[in-house]
Formats: sequence, C-alpha cells, structure tokens
Amino acid sequence: MSLATDLPHSEGRASGEAAKTPGTGAEKPAPRRRSRQRRERLFQWLFLVPAVVYMTLFFGYPVVKNVVMSFQEYTTSTFFTGEAPWVGFTNYVTVLQSSLFSTSLINTALFTIGSILGQFVIGLALAIFFQRKFPLNGILRSLLLLPWLLPLIVSSAVWRWILDKDSGALNRFLGDLGIIDTGIPWLTSTSLALIAVVGVNIWIGIPFNLTILYGGLQEIPDELYEAGSLDGATGWKAFRNITWPMLRPVVSVVLVLGVVYTLKVLDIILGLTNGGPANSTQTIATQSYNLSFHEFKFGEGAALGNVLVIISLVFAVLYLRASRRAVDE
Amino acid sequence: MTTVLKAPPLRRAGGKATGPKVTGRKNWGYTALAIFFLAIMLFPVYWMVNASLQPNGTTLETSWFPVKPDFTGYATAINEQAGNLGTSLIISLGSVALSLAIAAPAAYALAYFKVRGAGVVLFAILISQMIPGIVVANALYTAYNDLGLLNSIPGLILADSAHGIPFAILIIRAFMNGMPASVIEAARVDGAGHLRAFWSIVLPLSRNSLITAGLFTFLFAWSDFLFALTLTTTEAVRPVTLGIFQYIGAYVNDWSSVMATAVLASIPAIVLLVAAQKYIAAGTTGGAVK
Repeated sequence: MSLATDLPHSEGRASGEAAKTPGTGAEKPAPRRRSRQRRERLFQWLFLVPAVVYMTLFFGYPVVKNVVMSFQEYTTSTFFTGEAPWVGFTNYVTVLQSSLFSTSLINTALFTIGSILGQFVIGLALAIFFQRKFPLNGILRSLLLLPWLLPLIVSSAVWRWILDKDSGALNRFLGDLGIIDTGIPWLTSTSLALIAVVGVNIWIGIPFNLTILYGGLQEIPDELYEAGSLDGATGWKAFRNITWPMLRPVVSVVLVLGVVYTLKVLDIILGLTNGGPANSTQTIATQSYNLSFHEFKFGEGAALGNVLVIISLVFAVLYLRASRRAVDE
Repeated sequence: MTTVLKAPPLRRAGGKATGPKVTGRKNWGYTALAIFFLAIMLFPVYWMVNASLQPNGTTLETSWFPVKPDFTGYATAINEQAGNLGTSLIISLGSVALSLAIAAPAAYALAYFKVRGAGVVLFAILISQMIPGIVVANALYTAYNDLGLLNSIPGLILADSAHGIPFAILIIRAFMNGMPASVIEAARVDGAGHLRAFWSIVLPLSRNSLITAGLFTFLFAWSDFLFALTLTTTEAVRPVTLGIFQYIGAYVNDWSSVMATAVLASIPAIVLLVAAQKYIAAGTTGGAVK
C-alpha cells in the first residue's frame, strides 16, 4: 500500500486512498525533456502491461462474467446450443429463497467466526509465548509453520483418517483414556461435523496468525515494557495497556485477512465432509460449487458466488482501511 | 489446552519487564513447553507419516508407531499417482515461470516509476485477493470450454498463476522498494537501456525476493485443488491433489496408500520449510502485511 501514497497521479478509487497522504516524488520535468519523458512513460507501462492483462483476464473477466451469468439461464445445454436466455433476477430469487440458503449462510457464519476466534486466540497466545528467549526458539517456531504449508487437500485427507469413527486416532486416544466407550462420529454426525471442520480449519490457520502476530510483537519497543514496569504495569496490565494497543493495527489486518480467506474456503470442507452429512457443513462457497459443477446450474452458482463476493467486499473495505492504518503507523 | 495457552501472556509481560535475567534452566523449561505445543500441532503430520508406513489390509487399526515399516503403501501410491505427481510438477514449474515473468517487470514498474495508474494496479491486486476462487472457476469453466483449455496443462498453469502472480508482485515490489535507486540510476547514466538495467542489475539484485516469490508460487500451484477440480473433467490431466481427493472420495479401505500419497504431495512444503527458512519468513510477513 505504501507505494500508492507516493503516486499523486494515480487514478480511480486508489487515488482517493492515496490523496490522504500528500504525494512526494514526481518532479516536474523541464519542457525540453518532456517528449523524452513521454517515451519513458510508455516504456514503463510496457513493464506493467502483462500483469494488467493477466489480472484483467483472470480476475476482472471472471467477476464481470459471473455477474452476467447470474442473470442468465446457463446450463449444460448452453455449452451445446450457445444459448443462455436472460432471466432477470430469477437465479437470485431461486438461490436466496431455497431452504439451503439460510443453512449455508449460518454455516458460513459459524465456520468463519469459529475458525477466526480459535486461530487468533491460539495464534496470539503462541506468538506471545515465543516472545520469550529460550533455546531452539527459532527452529521450533518455524516447524510450527508446517500445517500452513501443506496442501489443504493433504490436511483434509490426514484429518479425515484421524477423525474416523471406527479406527481414527482421536477416538482411539479418547478410548484408551477411558473417556469414551464407542467411537464418536466426528464427520458423519450432523451435530458434530461442523465443529470438526472448524477444528481442522483452526489447526490450519494457527501458523499464519502466529507468524504475523509474532512479527507485530517484535516491533513493540522493549522500552515501553520497561517504562510500564516502573509504573507497575506488569503481567496482564502490561498486556492490556501496552501489548494490545500497540498490536492493534496488525491484529486488524490478521483478522480481516482471516475472514476473507475463511469465507472462500472450499478445499477443507470438500475434503472432509463434502458439505454433508445432510448439508450440515454446507457453506455458501461449497453450495455455489455444487450448483455449478454438480447440478450444472451455472447461473444459480454464479448468483450465489456473487453473494459471497458482496460479503467479502464488505470485509475488503475493512481490510484496506486496516492495512492503510498499519502502514501509516 | 486453551487454559494452558492463555497463561503465557501474563508471565511473558512480567518476565520481560523484569529484564533479560532469566536463568538457563528456566529457558530449557520453555523449550520443553514449546516442544509440547509442537508435538500437539504436528501430530497430524506424524500420523500421516506413521500411517503411510503401516502394512495395509493386515490390521484395521493403525498402530501408534511404525515398528515394522512397510512400504507397500508407497508402492501403490507411486504406481497409481506417479503420473499425477508429474503433472503437478509440470504445472507448478510452469506457473512459477509464468508468474515470475509477469510479476517481476510489473513489480519493478510499480516500485520505481511513477507510472500513471499504478495505484489502480495495486488496488486491483489487493481486491483480487478477496475474490473467491469459486467465482473465478465458474467463469473460467465456460471460457475454457469455448477455448478448448479444459483438461489441458497450459489451462491449469494459467489458472494456477492467479494465486501466484498477485502475491509475487507484492513480494518482489516490497523488496525492490528497499533497493537503492542510485544503483539503477548509475547504470542508466552509463547508457544502459531500461531493459538492460532491469535484466543485468535489478533482477540479479532482487534474487532473494525472486526465490521467495518463486517458492511460494510453486507451493500455491502445487497445492491447488479448486482449479484442478473444476477445470479438469477427464483423467487426461490430473494433478495429485485431485488424485488424493478421489482416493478419499470413495470409501477408503487402504489408508496407507492414501497417506503415502499425502506424504509425497507434502514434499514441496517440507523442502520449503527445511531448505528455505529465511525465504519463508520474508514471504509470510512481506506478502501479508506490507
């Protein structure tokens, strides 16, 4: 983001963001150098063109196309006949009125809130723990990154085996401890599956939260704690009055990024439960996938996808504000 | 577990306030605690490796330790998934090449020139991170169908780069921002054109950020599941992530082969973690916050 603030001429909404910080740089060229400068400018743009083209084709086009599709009856036959009749808001009405919508909306909310809370609290606790100086700190901390680096579908497969009702490691562990007599159907019970999926997603998200929050903690100057301790601010008081306020910008970035990433999670849910049992882990993202790629109702899938985009956009705005604050401070 | 984890904030802030005089014995206590946390967090990874080494079919339950390691799971996995692993490798390498080729010049332009509209490009990159993959896949499927790109390696390379390119631009740009402008100016004064200055000065100096971006781009493409799931419909082109999904989609009675495949599919992540420590740190912090 910081570069945007150096660009007084940048157009569009970004300039609104940038304008808040007065521009630096961009010296006025002497008149005779102006045509040379123009050629320079053209050349500089050529460096950007491939990226702009790519971003337009793989992000801009899909968003526009998705909006168009959401107003069409776009089905498998469209691929043969090329015809996709316009249906106005029918897809939206169908999708929003379906009984599954409220289920998947609630599941999305529970999945997102549960995941973020768990990841953040455990990630922050671990980040604070690793602030202490002890042998092997660096190595142990980076080994903790592994769950985050594994392909999501790999994690899903492993957890599916751990959470297996009959011979999964978790049930056997609980059984060996004498806590349970019969296996708990973690992934096959309608009341437990969502909790299990959230648990796995928390596990995946902890390393990311830990790393970013640890970085944020490193930037808080030691002097603040020393000064605080003179005033009697130690322990919980120091955390509340020094650590938390200083960490706030990083916290908001982590939380909003977490929300945006969690909203669109598909791999984990498809890998663990495929949205089941009986839609108990169906989210807006998985339902959109189902509509398009299982029921081949691409128009309805697009409409539901757009609902997800709108929800994400709300958080995107929050993210931009948060990241600007983080850079400014 | 949460109660254990919640305790450190209090002690930590207190410890820090009393200064760095902590005894060595105390320090090793924290190491032990850290290893305990690590053991819990990495148990699934252990379980994956353990289960992959168990003889299949002989027992219903995986034993806690691979006392008698058995490699039939790996034999099956390699037999059935070698082609898919190869496909994943080609797609990932292709995605790295494409992403760096597109991202490096763009990052340079964004870091060095006061290009008109650069703010828009950066804004677009940030926004692109918010677009759900399913939306992209939905639209790409129809476009790919028309263009004949379904079930093709180039099609997947192009789609998978959607994870890598924005990320690579941010990482490389953040690095180039910190490069002294005088180096490039000196080259330009000596008569080097933009292309030469970029190719023989900027790129070599940016090596570390290119490696970081390349490693992550590789990992993104290697881990991709959604595009593999939606943009392939036959077995002609099948990345290993989809291979795993199909293993677990059916009723699984041979977990050792599934776990062996999972281990093989984890190799890039493990290599990245072990061999490229410093690059990871740069990637996680550079890409997310800065």
